[in-house]
Amino acid sequence: MPGDASRNDAVIEIRNLSTRFGAHVVHDGLDLEVRRAEIFAIAGGSGSGKSTLLREMILLQRPDAGTIRMLGADIQSLDEAAALALRQRMGVMFQHGGLFGSLDVRENVGLPLREHTDLDDALIDEIAAWKLALSGLQAETGAQYPSELSGGMLKRASLARALALDPELLFLDEPTAGLDPASATGVDELVVKLRELYGLTIVMITHDLDLLWQAADRVAVLGEGKVQGVGSMSELEHLDHPAIREYFDGPRGRAAQQQERKRERQPSNPK
Amino acid sequence: MTPADTTGATGHAARVQPGSDEYALSGRWTALGIGALDRQFDALPVARRAQIAVDGTRVEALDSVGVWVLRRLLKRLRDDGAEPNLRGWPARFAGLLELVAQHPDTSLVPAPPRPPLERIGRKVVTALEELFALLSFVGETAIAFAGGVANPARLRWRAILHNVESAGANALPIVGLLSFLLGIVVAYQGADQLARYGANIFVADLVGWSMLREFAPLITAIIVAGRSGSAYTAQIGSMKVTEEIDAMRTIGIAPLELLVLPKILALLIALPLLTVFADVFGVFGGMLMARAKLGVGYEEFLERFLNAIELPTYLLGIGKAPVFAVIIAVIGCFQGFRTRGGADSVGRQTTRSVVQAIFLVIVADALFSIVFTILDL
Repeated sequence: MPGDASRNDAVIEIRNLSTRFGAHVVHDGLDLEVRRAEIFAIAGGSGSGKSTLLREMILLQRPDAGTIRMLGADIQSLDEAAALALRQRMGVMFQHGGLFGSLDVRENVGLPLREHTDLDDALIDEIAAWKLALSGLQAETGAQYPSELSGGMLKRASLARALALDPELLFLDEPTAGLDPASATGVDELVVKLRELYGLTIVMITHDLDLLWQAADRVAVLGEGKVQGVGSMSELEHLDHPAIREYFDGPRGRAAQQQERKRERQPSNPK
Repeated sequence: MTPADTTGATGHAARVQPGSDEYALSGRWTALGIGALDRQFDALPVARRAQIAVDGTRVEALDSVGVWVLRRLLKRLRDDGAEPNLRGWPARFAGLLELVAQHPDTSLVPAPPRPPLERIGRKVVTALEELFALLSFVGETAIAFAGGVANPARLRWRAILHNVESAGANALPIVGLLSFLLGIVVAYQGADQLARYGANIFVADLVGWSMLREFAPLITAIIVAGRSGSAYTAQIGSMKVTEEIDAMRTIGIAPLELLVLPKILALLIALPLLTVFADVFGVFGGMLMARAKLGVGYEEFLERFLNAIELPTYLLGIGKAPVFAVIIAVIGCFQGFRTRGGADSVGRQTTRSVVQAIFLVIVADALFSIVFTILDL
């Protein structure tokens, strides 16, 4: 776990963030900090503003008030060029893939490289195929179109595209939603592996208790427009807020918790 | 491009300094900094020593693109018969460097291009397959239609009325305007010829015949194909993409009954009415032009019009409209159901729907002309 002081610098700093849709208040003075090379999860019930927060972090939406600093830049005061440079330093895996239907998977993955670098087409194709392999897809998948892929493959292909430019920051929107347990476990492992490999900072939105227990270093639970608690799952376990208790008290919560206990008792078990 | 242009945000472009027993690497080995380096490998001298150190001391940054290019460099050295080993790489790159060893070649085998004959064959098969699919769609629709006629209570009258409104009533302004302009154009084009022979009054015959028999039904059908046929395809296509059509089937609602029949019936009602509307505005446009250009007054024009144009002319024009209506609605719905995959496909099918509908409408119009000529109508 990246706990040493040298790595504790903040990659994302959110201060006093407020977002409203008309009369509906989504965020009301929200503070959040994501540190370098950690796997940070954002959890919370439906309508707690997780997705809006993500959209604000990936420069798709502007908050009404407050500041967001990403990789040292205040995103509200960025000009076009600076915003583009920042976008190239982050990758986003969308919930439903967000792959372009008119391009095959390999072209989808190679697109950021084709747009932003002057590499050879052949080299881009090779790198795209390799990224697909890293994301756990077969080479043949590269020639298929997004509409021909299963849900799990779509997510992996989308992840491969998010990784195309070797981002420092990776955002995952519901990486395991809609996947079978085996694929979901695959995603858990992939997320952890990516962090080890590249020293990536990963921010993910998820409801998946297994993913929260297995992969996340820290979890922020959103509720009532604020962060109700931040910490590792074992720290959050002791907090007493309804939005947080949901994650521990339901039958699913308990099952995931027991699973984690079991895993801790068998430290020899290689991950 | 010069190396200075490829440095990315900061730092230096990636470089290889080939020596006799050491290759010194420097600069930013990243997607943005590596530039054209990969292409210059061919120009590197052939390695002569058995042992070559690949030195990474001065490499400023490394990412997976850099790793991939490094792999290529190592492979190139091995192909020359040398044994490269990595030296002096900063510890922070260790994780990435492991990948160099890990992944075997993911070299791609591009699919060979298909021979021309095969491509033609595939196109023909696709076209035939679409034709048969259209036939079976027409058949299924006819059966559903017969069911609806036998049991009118099952028809979705609310959907029919809604479609009459959106395809008919809402199209009135555009249909009126375009046929009015068409009437003006026809009268204007005829004016010179008629004036030359002093046959000014025959402008009523010209406008009446051409508008009522040909132009009004045709322009109305073309507008409706563009307005409503495309909307039908897009609606059904996106419902198909979002699995709404499948959901309908599982709930036990026949998509043909809910989506297709109301549209066909609505157009069967709306298109003839729109055609009448177009007739009126077309003749009105011709009448204005006749007065302005030929000095034929409104009363004169109408008197001549009533004498020259008989009821069958008017009915023949209106009679085409239901045929056009069926063509537009069936093609629109059919192409919607043919949507496969994603948003891209919806757009493609919509284009096909409009092109095919207009094409078939004009073909049908030509057939009508032939048949009417044979029947001497």
